[in-house]
Amino acid sequence: MTAGVTAGTAARGPFALVAAPPLLWLLAFFLVPLAVIWGYSFGHNTSLVSIDVTGTWANYARALQPLYLGIIVKSFWFAALTTLACLILGFPVAVAITFASDRLKPWLLLAIMLPFWTNLLIRTYALMAVLRTEGYLNWLLAAFWNPLAHLAGGPAFVPLGLLHTDFAVVFGLVYVQLPFMVLPLYAALDRLDRSLLEASLDLGAGQLTTFARVVVPLALPGIVSGIVVTLIPSLGAYLTPDLLGGTSSLMIANVIERQFKSANDWPFGAALSFLLMYLTFAAILAQAMLARRHERRHAHG
Amino acid sequence: MPEPTRRGVLAGGVGLGLAACSTTRPLAVNGEEPRLNLYTWDTYTPPATLAAFERATGIKVKVSLYGNNDELFAKLRSGNPGFDVVVPSNEFVTRMRVSHMLEPLDHASIPNITNLLPAFRDAPFDPGRRYSLPYTWLVLGIGFRKSAVDGVPDSWKWLFDSDRYAGRIGLFAEADDLIRLGAKYLGHSVNHVTPAVTAQVEAMLIRQKPFVKVFHHDEGQDLLVSREIDLVVEYNGDIAQVMAEDPDLDFVVPREGTLLNSDSLCIPVGAPRRGNAHRFIDFMLDAHVGANVAAAIRYPTPNAAALALMPADYRDNHAIFPPADRMANSEYGDYEGMAHAQMVDEAVTRIFVA
Repeated sequence: MTAGVTAGTAARGPFALVAAPPLLWLLAFFLVPLAVIWGYSFGHNTSLVSIDVTGTWANYARALQPLYLGIIVKSFWFAALTTLACLILGFPVAVAITFASDRLKPWLLLAIMLPFWTNLLIRTYALMAVLRTEGYLNWLLAAFWNPLAHLAGGPAFVPLGLLHTDFAVVFGLVYVQLPFMVLPLYAALDRLDRSLLEASLDLGAGQLTTFARVVVPLALPGIVSGIVVTLIPSLGAYLTPDLLGGTSSLMIANVIERQFKSANDWPFGAALSFLLMYLTFAAILAQAMLARRHERRHAHG
Repeated sequence: MPEPTRRGVLAGGVGLGLAACSTTRPLAVNGEEPRLNLYTWDTYTPPATLAAFERATGIKVKVSLYGNNDELFAKLRSGNPGFDVVVPSNEFVTRMRVSHMLEPLDHASIPNITNLLPAFRDAPFDPGRRYSLPYTWLVLGIGFRKSAVDGVPDSWKWLFDSDRYAGRIGLFAEADDLIRLGAKYLGHSVNHVTPAVTAQVEAMLIRQKPFVKVFHHDEGQDLLVSREIDLVVEYNGDIAQVMAEDPDLDFVVPREGTLLNSDSLCIPVGAPRRGNAHRFIDFMLDAHVGANVAAAIRYPTPNAAALALMPADYRDNHAIFPPADRMANSEYGDYEGMAHAQMVDEAVTRIFVA
């Protein structure tokens, strides 16, 4: 105990040295600007370019109208659907990477991270080329359908209207967010003690039971952090619904963007942003509580 | 490399990543180093023109792009990050002028002003042209695929109030333009649209929404070329550019009239190199330079001397220069104040949600 305290004191100097720059950075370039925007959310416009922070709640009152709450709820559904799809698609991928040979593993991880080398906007435009009426996907489907239809005497292929729909938005979000789900899942699964799986199988549990009662509970922290890092950015997406969405695919971030641009109403935009941020904090808090409960249960055996 | 690009996306919405512009460079306040930061629209300044300017003056131009006036305004709102020349549209010239974001121009150092058509030497949005000089003018109209529509769709009706072209229509997502054009179709002015008329336009567009494929962000010409839609609200120059590649495309200004714009060369307050900026503006108003720009971007030029140098396929192009009767009932949009902007924004949010 004493030794630990001494070691801690000794380490404090270098620790402070290492921690200070990032903390200052965080303060100057994240917390201070964030505080300014938070201040704006309690202000009102006095001219085109000036805001008086008066402590008014009017912006929050406006943000809590059914019109905007409805958009937040819809955004949440988009984000939840995206997260669910990422989880279903990402889990097998993470399992496959975990059990891949040591030689193959870095390559598979590299493949997961490869999309990050290309800008989000470029990837979204590429998706537009894939999904549009005369795009690659419809072209591919026609190439399979038409010869068969020709043989069977069926109707020719009618291109699917995929782009500019809610489907395209979720598809685009899944495409963008999938790596963020796979990586934490992989991190959790990779730490998993293989002997527990062998024990479970030896003791008569089937593959499915082992998966459901051993793998999933042990990977739970990874699943939860995967959900959080997928859900939150999806909730704030605006480029994807803008470019891939249809006439009703508006998400809350699109409304926020307009407040800072065409509507030029920064206080209201700030209030909407912070409303979204409060929700984000709630999600992180829930994750932290879940993780702690999980740890405690394990500590108690 | 993805860092600056990503920031550009966040800051610029649909604009390609160009945010890493001038902020980090040491700014010579009076020294006038041989460089210039131009902040303008995409596909609006031919690279050859900038190269010619550098050859003529030794001044190297660094271009940053914005996707719309709102982006320009938001970027300059809390101070000029180092731009020397910007190109806002008419009503934003007013907005920026009343917000003290523009420097007065020294007309004596811009002799090429005399090249401008008399009609463009003064403007209601900038009396006496003290803060802005015209670069182009433009109209919103209907770009369409000839083989996919019946005759010429020369009314806003086909876009705003009809199911004839269901699922093949693209409307402009700009809140202000959407409401202004809706009001125009309903027989009102594009200016001073009342709350009652706004509500009428809102109801009409909500009715029309099932037949609309997409609200686009000024990429209507690409949607038309890729056959995603067959009719789209767009600027004449954007459609004229793609008409040169695809003869099946055409452009018409509806008979109800439309919204006119004029993009103008301005010097923002705090521009580090005002001398260079004046030289650049003068250069852009030169007859031959103006003609080269017009030939490349295919927007109507306000420059009489440049126009005289242009071939007939530009001067007589009905997409670039709409017929006089359509121009006669078209109007410039005025800046209408903050309360109006909020009303319009909320109406458009309701349209998008419905």
